[in-house]
Amino acid sequence: MNHKLLEVKNLTQYFGSPSNPIKAVDGISFHIFEGETLGLVGESGSGKSTTGRSIIGLYNMTDGEVIFKGKNVHKIKSKKEQKQLKREMQMIFQDPYASLNPRMTAGEIISEAFDIHGLYKNKKERQERIVSLLEAVGLNREHMTRYPHEFSGGQRQRIGIARALSLNPSFIIADEPISALDVSIQAQVVNLLKELQEERNLTYLFIAHDLSMVKYISDRIAVMYRGKIVELGDAEEIYHHPIHPYTKSLLSAVPLPDPILERKRKRIPYVQEETSDFASMHEPLPNHFVYGTDEQLNKWLKQAQL
Amino acid sequence: MKKPLLEVKNLKINFKTYAGLVQAVRGVEFTLYEGETLAIVGESGSGKSVTSNAIMKLIPEPPGIYADGQILFEGKDLIPLSDKEMSKIRGNDIAMIFQDPMTALNPTIRVGKQIMEVILKHKKVSKQEAKERAIELLRQVGIPMPEKRFNQYPHEFSGGMRQRVVIAIALAADPKLLIADEPTTALDVTIQAQILELLKEIQKERKTSIIFITHDLGVVANVADRVAVMYAGQIVEYGTVNDIFYNPKHPYTWGLLGSMPDLNNKSDEKLFAIPGSPPDLTNPPKGDAFAPRNKYALAIDFEKEPPMFKVSETHYAKTWLLHEYAPKIDIPEPIVRRMERYKKEAELSES
Repeated sequence: MNHKLLEVKNLTQYFGSPSNPIKAVDGISFHIFEGETLGLVGESGSGKSTTGRSIIGLYNMTDGEVIFKGKNVHKIKSKKEQKQLKREMQMIFQDPYASLNPRMTAGEIISEAFDIHGLYKNKKERQERIVSLLEAVGLNREHMTRYPHEFSGGQRQRIGIARALSLNPSFIIADEPISALDVSIQAQVVNLLKELQEERNLTYLFIAHDLSMVKYISDRIAVMYRGKIVELGDAEEIYHHPIHPYTKSLLSAVPLPDPILERKRKRIPYVQEETSDFASMHEPLPNHFVYGTDEQLNKWLKQAQL
Repeated sequence: MKKPLLEVKNLKINFKTYAGLVQAVRGVEFTLYEGETLAIVGESGSGKSVTSNAIMKLIPEPPGIYADGQILFEGKDLIPLSDKEMSKIRGNDIAMIFQDPMTALNPTIRVGKQIMEVILKHKKVSKQEAKERAIELLRQVGIPMPEKRFNQYPHEFSGGMRQRVVIAIALAADPKLLIADEPTTALDVTIQAQILELLKEIQKERKTSIIFITHDLGVVANVADRVAVMYAGQIVEYGTVNDIFYNPKHPYTWGLLGSMPDLNNKSDEKLFAIPGSPPDLTNPPKGDAFAPRNKYALAIDFEKEPPMFKVSETHYAKTWLLHEYAPKIDIPEPIVRRMERYKKEAELSES
């Protein structure tokens, strides 16, 4: 379990004019171990979705390296290796209404990728693969010939998941896969993602703003704020012993389904502290990283009584 | 004794569609008292937004049909009112906060003017007074530098600030009833917390009654005095916030509570998800609409619709499980465990 599947080094993604860029992701580094789920949380505009999209190559990175299974993704030149990489890394999108082609049947959507990669010998095998994928995500054979509009939101997201699984990937980036779904359906999809992870030994980068869901599904969590990872650590650690004031503020804002606790809750506002150029990632506790200057860190650690 | 401000009685709303008649709201009843917050919870398609739009008479006819029932606002039924009569109430006595602050404001009109519009329509004041009042409102909803902000366009505001403007517009005519339809769903958690605090402050100051529509039980626990849980166009459970969270009786409420992880859920335990998806309301199922998704369903659930059973003076639930002959079924384990854990946490924070 301690084998690094993915390593991101100094990932930087700027948009707009080079003279006055919007720094969507501003030099972040992290790694994901094989078989684990790394949760990436933050507010809208924090750069969490951009991070996912840059890793999989939907944007051309401004700077940095992505190393997958020991290989630098952006240095791969041969077509064959590139294809192989694309099989390994897949994505589940946020909006199940926008991410499925309305003019293709569920079967076509799922099989498109293995048509391209030529992963079957004959029609019969192709058919069987589609059915087994549909069944893996809790749908069945009859759904194969239906169009996206004939499905509910939760079912559509299942098709999106089946498509991501179609090439037998080892790593899946899930970009807010449940935020467009109803509460009871969210739980179904999260349970499904967990089952699939166990069955297929998948590694997830789970991007979301819903902290309680992220905490539930993740082994480790990275908190993003304005293009930087401000805190990264074990899920339990981050939730029970946050160090960075932004993490504390974010946690204090999560509403809990309990009226008595809610009445007592005190929200901690976050006052942004200027981080000077000397700010960097620190590791005050084993495997618990916090971004800030030395002074800030000392202060925060005192506040956290550590 | 508290005075009821709004009484909804046996409200039924249908929509004519090509696929047939959709029975979106099927006999909803509730009472809202002065100065309290009623949260209506449910999934999309459960009829919660249709119910709130119906109170504002915002259901387009056709395709909408007010098939039955009464909406008594201060004792007067709103359903037979003409558009003209209704426009005196809308914005004035009853105001609404919409879900998406990005689309609820007119992008081509300065925000100050959008607030003044409401004041000038409903109050006999001069333009200058209206402007002063609008600036004061912006200040009250926590917008810094209101004089400067008054002259800006919606695109110059962030999402949370825009929602504050929407709230300022809703408050402009000092309404007695505020309907908030998922007012924080489109916002980040930190902004959500601020908006919820703002709404509570406003309520405290102005004694406004609030109907709060949401699917987020965490938000409900935060804002509500009483809660109505809706499923398939009906209220299936109704009670004080403590009734619903500490003594839920309807299996659907259990499902909703269970499907929400909290920060203490062990990640190896599965979420208590509700299987399947909500029924098609062109053809509502016979008996209890929730029965096909309910693992505790009894034979009678597929035959006969359950009545509202009384649990206590404040607490009602629509499930056959409360019938005296029904087998005794306890609240599912994971939810009980969570309640106990919260209890301990609450005691801990006490001491």
